[in-house]
Amino acid sequence: MTEHLLDIRVARKTFATTTVLHNIHLQLQPRETVSLLGPSGCGKSTLLRIVAGLEKDFEGALHNNAAQVAFVFQEPRLIPWLTVEQNIGFSDDGHYDKAWVAQLIEEVGLGGFSQALPKALSGGMAQRVAIARGLYSRPQVLLLDEPFSAVDAFTRMKLQDLLLQLAERHAIALLLVTHDVDEALYLSDRVLVMDNRPSSIRQELAVDLAHPRDRRDPLLAQLKVLSLTELQRAHVI
Amino acid sequence: MTSKTKNLPAQLTLPAPKRLNTAWKLRLKGLALPVLIILVLEFVVRIGWLPSYQMPAPSEVALTLRDLAEGALWKHISASLLRVLLGFAIGASLALVFAAWVGLSREAEAYLEPTFAGLRSIPSLAWVPLLLLWLGIDETSKIVLIAIGAFFPVYLNGVAAIRDIDRKLMEVGQMYGFSRARLVRRILLPAALPGLFTGLRSGMSLAWMFLVAAELIAATKGLGYLLSDGRETSRPDIVLAAIIVLAVLGKLSDGILASLEQRFLAWRDTFNGQSAED
Repeated sequence: MTEHLLDIRVARKTFATTTVLHNIHLQLQPRETVSLLGPSGCGKSTLLRIVAGLEKDFEGALHNNAAQVAFVFQEPRLIPWLTVEQNIGFSDDGHYDKAWVAQLIEEVGLGGFSQALPKALSGGMAQRVAIARGLYSRPQVLLLDEPFSAVDAFTRMKLQDLLLQLAERHAIALLLVTHDVDEALYLSDRVLVMDNRPSSIRQELAVDLAHPRDRRDPLLAQLKVLSLTELQRAHVI
Repeated sequence: MTSKTKNLPAQLTLPAPKRLNTAWKLRLKGLALPVLIILVLEFVVRIGWLPSYQMPAPSEVALTLRDLAEGALWKHISASLLRVLLGFAIGASLALVFAAWVGLSREAEAYLEPTFAGLRSIPSLAWVPLLLLWLGIDETSKIVLIAIGAFFPVYLNGVAAIRDIDRKLMEVGQMYGFSRARLVRRILLPAALPGLFTGLRSGMSLAWMFLVAAELIAATKGLGYLLSDGRETSRPDIVLAAIIVLAVLGKLSDGILASLEQRFLAWRDTFNGQSAED
């Protein structure tokens, strides 16, 4: 049990009278990438918020062995009055680690934009800043809530590759929520297909492919058929 | 990186002549209507369509203004300015304190908000007789009246500004486990600034309004006194001169707040209107 970075059991999570999560057990190993795949509103974001500690009112237990957990939201959520640099170092107020921030800016491909305000950034660039902000605290686990759902398809592919690269370089485990089957399969070591409300984990698909992966790999296509069948059975699609 | 940031201002100043030009054009456009009105008035009064004892010609008002400037005008201006600034400072700072308190705490809201809502529904000028009875006709009653006038717009906008803050931004701070004080300093206060400025600016304009009310009722100096003096001596030119001075002072004080607003809120990503060329 101790080798798990995260171990989450949610017996039940309710909002008012509706049960959104039911009987979920989820573990995350170091350097592993796991996706929660399901439709909007199935409670997967809620599950992620529970893991992040933003949601404390649930029946169950959360064991967190990671020293640092960071969160990347669905929207960039940059602080509009701070520059890119200040946004990335936001958690340390004014005295953030400038060298580390500069390195992160280079790593997410935003060299030269350190003094830009968020209003000058495109959606993809803003999400890069959000990822850099997530990495600033040197987390062992990065939680991502549909991080690329608001950007166009090509930007999304680029950002996916960037995310994998950064996770590899900094030895970070990723727990990702998405409703994009291709994204889940391309990024993850394990894909957890969620049931409809009240949702639980319906099936676990292992994606046994080394990185870097080819988006055209036949195994990905096979797994996509499998997960789509599973989602159909769950009356999601 | 440093070379890039150094280059930035240079790039911004490069098209300066053209930008200056358009700025002047904008100013000229704004002047067109007032100049036209002045010219028409001058003409209408000169040819006798309007009796000059009711509507003095603009040139006459200008002469009166010059005469006043050589004599008592500065005494009146300084008296009024002092009252407005003092009243506004007291009213606005109390309002900011209460707005922060009510905005941040549901408990404080439950206790205070109904009372403030009740007080707000009293037309502020209704306080005048009471203030005169309690505080007499000297400075204190005027300053208190102005403070009451400035209080509510600042308070209301302040509470609304705090309550309007995007929960999603607050969550970023909560994600990092920020303490309450740190959340206020790092997210709440800067995010509420646009609304606070709106409140301060409307508070300032109400402060001027209540100044005139207070001085019209009981004063021996000040611009409001000049207004009533002009009426009593049947001198519409004095009344108009006082109105012009009030307009200039009001515009100046608002301009100072507006330029502060511009400086602090340059980060806002807002619509600036379309020019005719777009």
